[in-house]
Amino acid sequence: MTPHDGLITHESATFRGDTTTSAQPEPTQPGAIRMLVVDPRAADMRSSDAAQLPAWLRAGDLLVVNDAATLPASLSASTRDHAPVEIRLLGPARAGVFSAVLFGAGDHRTRTEDRPAPPRLRVGDKLVVGPRLTAEVVGCSDVSLRLVELRFNAREAELWSALYAWGKPVQYADQPEPLPLWSVQTVYAARPWAAEMPSAGRPLSMRTLTALRRRGVRFAVLTHAAGLSATGDPDLDRALPLPEHYEIPAQTVRAVERTRAARGRVVAVGTSVVRALEDSAQQSHGTLRAGEGLATLRIGAIHKPRIVDGLLTGIHAPGESHFALLAAFADEALLRRSHQCARQLGYREHDFGDACLLLAGTLNQQGGPIAIQ
Amino acid sequence: MTMHMNLNDSTALITGGSQGLGYALASALAERGVRVVVVARDPQALHANVSALQERGLRVHALRADIADKHAIYPLAAQAAALVGPIDILINNASTLGPVPLQLLADTDCEELERTLAVNLLGPFRLTKALLGSMVLRGRGVVVNISSDAATEPYPEWGAYGASKAALDQLTRIWAAELGVELESPVRIFAVDPGEMDTRMHAQAMPDADRSQLAAPRDVAQSIIAMIEQPRRAANGARLSASKWQVRT
Repeated sequence: MTPHDGLITHESATFRGDTTTSAQPEPTQPGAIRMLVVDPRAADMRSSDAAQLPAWLRAGDLLVVNDAATLPASLSASTRDHAPVEIRLLGPARAGVFSAVLFGAGDHRTRTEDRPAPPRLRVGDKLVVGPRLTAEVVGCSDVSLRLVELRFNAREAELWSALYAWGKPVQYADQPEPLPLWSVQTVYAARPWAAEMPSAGRPLSMRTLTALRRRGVRFAVLTHAAGLSATGDPDLDRALPLPEHYEIPAQTVRAVERTRAARGRVVAVGTSVVRALEDSAQQSHGTLRAGEGLATLRIGAIHKPRIVDGLLTGIHAPGESHFALLAAFADEALLRRSHQCARQLGYREHDFGDACLLLAGTLNQQGGPIAIQ
Repeated sequence: MTMHMNLNDSTALITGGSQGLGYALASALAERGVRVVVVARDPQALHANVSALQERGLRVHALRADIADKHAIYPLAAQAAALVGPIDILINNASTLGPVPLQLLADTDCEELERTLAVNLLGPFRLTKALLGSMVLRGRGVVVNISSDAATEPYPEWGAYGASKAALDQLTRIWAAELGVELESPVRIFAVDPGEMDTRMHAQAMPDADRSQLAAPRDVAQSIIAMIEQPRRAANGARLSASKWQVRT
């Protein structure tokens, strides 16, 4: 039996977290991820708990997730002259070619912006990863020395076995301990396409998914090759997010159409899902199309969402590209106020931190807004 | 939700797939248009047998892994999905007998029992855990746990194997209860008793058996494929007998 199902009261859903102080232990279980519920229509917010997500959604809502598994995208390599290089793969290969960002000596324990640049590489240069795995540079970018295209000397099962033997999850200096591969996977991960974990899905344990299903919330998946959040090169960082590969199944297109026809809400789990759905709609003049695409759309305040009604995401600070994307769903003043509120309540901001549900109609549905501030 | 799983263009991951029943399943599923990933521990048998299938133009990939190694599981699940797409059918077939020749429980080393549980119980648990979430959210999937009559009958000298398979059966029922036992549940899981088959494992356990009395793995594979195609003919979590399952056309 799920203890959440049917037991969520107005009080527990709305007041949990309001009295939280920094003296409380850091939550570590998926059930203990806190969630700030922000309603653009009510221009208000409430502190909740991610395990309470079912209480904030309605029967007929559709939750769309990015089912990309997280790649072991970081590979230690060396040039022919034995210069160390870290390869960070940006997503799945297209026609056998991987896009990648290169770093010089060192590892994730050094802050990305302090990492030395890689040695200058040219098309035809080889990077040695392991005894039987080498990558050839087959393309260099105009934007940054660090952005290259690589082709490995193995394919199919042999290539994947080698990548999993040598690769590690991409991580950053705020998490110095090595992350095990399993710890950066969502519960529904399938194909390894993501350079970094689609971490908005972290709160979705099987218990929460079961409670959502019992509430009448529907699910749909797409696969989006979420890229790196930082490259250490200001020119390249300004170009983020780079074009990202995605695939939307026909079943998901039908689920979105049914949801909209029945006036349900389409809730994206993560900015990568927003980007895939909105890019697809943009490219086919407002209607969602099944199949593969390359997301080039940059979403900000001037973008009017055509498919997505709201999203479950992390806590994003003003100035981040994810924050800019949120401005498509709420005005900036409310977003700034939400961030301030999350700060005051001690919410954790990084990818492995707390959550935010940004969705119109949530607070009204709970019986009228009760302001925190 | 249809009552029938369309095999053509679906995907399968089969453990212990380089020989015996696993190989027969890989071969038969691939012939039906399924994109198959075969996992096994012994690289030689694996690559030789999978190459034979590939030469016939079948879409089969080989991954070497020890299912008892917990660090192998997420890499395995992701590599399989990278090769053939999200996994629709998982067949937990890899098994070990435990001590060979078979031993009385009192003569069984603790380490032998631990190893048997790691292969026959923990491996299937971890792999199912890694793949089930994707099946649930995509609303499509079948998990088959290969069991044995030793799971229900207390045969002397089959203690390690029998206990591991009995626990696997119970795990199957609980997975199903959590997924929803009703026939409409879009993700199905069941345990199959394949019966006595003419395999290397059977020869290890019972070297003096009359092989003419044993079922051919190929025939048993056809029954299991029929179960996968028509998973709603039985309650979710059921323990099914391959010899009693009629192949319906």
